[in-house]
Amino acid sequence: MSIDIDTARKVAKLARIREEEAALPDLARELSRILGFMQQLNEVDVSGVEPMVSVTPMRLKRRADVVTDGNIQAQVLKNAPDAREGFFAVPKVVE
Amino acid sequence: MTTPNSWTIKAARAALRKGEISAVDLTMSCLTAMDAGDGLNAFVHKTPQIALEQARAADARLKAGDAPAMCGIPLGIKDVFCTKGVPSQAASNILRGFKPEYESTVTTKLFEAGAVMLGKLNMDEFAMGSSNESSCYGPAVSPWKIDARQLTAGGSSGGSAAAVAADLCLAATGTDTGGSIRQPAAFTGIVGIKPTYGRVSRWGVIAYASSLDQAGPMTKSVRDAAIFLQAMSGHDAKDSTSADLPVPDFEAALTGDIRGKRIGIPRECRLDGIPAEIDALWQKGMEMLRDAGAEIVDISLPHTKYALPAYYVIAPAEASSNLARYDGVRYGHRAKLSQGDGITEMYEKTRAEGFGPEVQRRIMIGTYVLSAGFYDAYYNRARKVRALIKRDFEQAFAAGIDCILTPTTPSSAFGLGEMGSTDPVEMYLNDVFTITVNLAGLPGVAVPVGLDHKGLPLGLQLIGRPWEEGDLLNHAYVLERAAGFVSKPEKWW
Repeated sequence: MSIDIDTARKVAKLARIREEEAALPDLARELSRILGFMQQLNEVDVSGVEPMVSVTPMRLKRRADVVTDGNIQAQVLKNAPDAREGFFAVPKVVE
Repeated sequence: MTTPNSWTIKAARAALRKGEISAVDLTMSCLTAMDAGDGLNAFVHKTPQIALEQARAADARLKAGDAPAMCGIPLGIKDVFCTKGVPSQAASNILRGFKPEYESTVTTKLFEAGAVMLGKLNMDEFAMGSSNESSCYGPAVSPWKIDARQLTAGGSSGGSAAAVAADLCLAATGTDTGGSIRQPAAFTGIVGIKPTYGRVSRWGVIAYASSLDQAGPMTKSVRDAAIFLQAMSGHDAKDSTSADLPVPDFEAALTGDIRGKRIGIPRECRLDGIPAEIDALWQKGMEMLRDAGAEIVDISLPHTKYALPAYYVIAPAEASSNLARYDGVRYGHRAKLSQGDGITEMYEKTRAEGFGPEVQRRIMIGTYVLSAGFYDAYYNRARKVRALIKRDFEQAFAAGIDCILTPTTPSSAFGLGEMGSTDPVEMYLNDVFTITVNLAGLPGVAVPVGLDHKGLPLGLQLIGRPWEEGDLLNHAYVLERAAGFVSKPEKWW
């Protein structure tokens, strides 16, 4: 399995990481190398094996569906690169 | 005469309780060593004011006779732990300027126990790396030096390893997703334990791969690891995977008696191309445990070979999801935008600027293996192989094995810039002995056992049954005493 330039462009887009066109051939080569390494997994007979979902067989704990936090707007916004009037601010979104 | 910064936790605990030294004086000794250690690039955010405040509070508790084991003990904290009001950026530019409004459960527990934070420690970016070279602060440097080169302190907890080995602090926190506590511990001649998954809360620990991440202590002795782990462990309602189990007294488990225990030696760890020295050290370790009355048993963990490729599907998949939160909206870096740039450009530019190359690579691999059409071929297959790796261990333990002994790393520390520059997979191979332990969720400890012909530390790894950290540490304690490893790096920094 090797990754071509179009696939590399698509993956970068899905990951929301800007890649320059000129960098795509190297990226495709690198990703192909890593995926090649993963091909070893195809040697393993996994028929009848359930995919592992948790390390210890445990049922996740439940808690009462009540508010446990709140009224900390200033704290929530404290680290925002751009916060205005109690909101996170982002570039205009117009379709 | 040794200065207090070079003491173990055990020695400091005794001296503090007897009033032979104050927590403030002990902390001052570490702050001085920390400032003199800048050449190691281990501490990346220093917090001397917090440290002295905490030390004064510890002295008050000591005086009042209310002093838990960690009271007044100066520690370094890996940059991956969120610490209130103190930069916590997992060595990434994307979190530059981020000061959490909350405290991680681990640091909360340590501070409640009276521990002192000297500052934040260097690491690989988002804990992705085995050499500390992916850090936005530049690499931590090992205090061990044998020629003109600077050596790696390992990764990802390289700053923690360098700081402990160089006596800049008494001990440090680390985190381990594929070997990030044990490999740097082995490279620097210290002790590091990754507990059973779920033993230590992950709340407030900046996530890399949530099903594999686990925090643990890095210390100068096995006893210190037991004392420190005790203070970090325990159920936490804020981490849904945290185990609601009692925490046994780990220090009390250090009896030094392992007679009749059965130690498994996995034949799949006898790798081609492993240096003869590593193999000789492993043999020596077996003899030490045998001399202590344990039985050495050959075992098979048939899927060991597939642990690395399975890990490099699962960990990047989880990382691509965990790191989606860094979008330039709520915290950290946001790229400067050009006229007409919309929200997609903001995401893409922010993430391209904020993440380093290794992190970008893993996010993209993760994105690919989770994308439509490949999910079954890669991600689900890797999770099935993971189930088989875990089953291998379960079968070994069910057959009466108490502990498993392997090398910790396939080599001693390498020079900065020497590994993985042309092929990322070369660097990944560093974790070949440690990574199965994370996939199976087991506890594993690295113990320094000897020096190689170059004069660099080598360690052995012991792997225990789930939730049996006490028994595991007892085996490590026996190995530590038999090995009698006392070498220290000569100060050059």
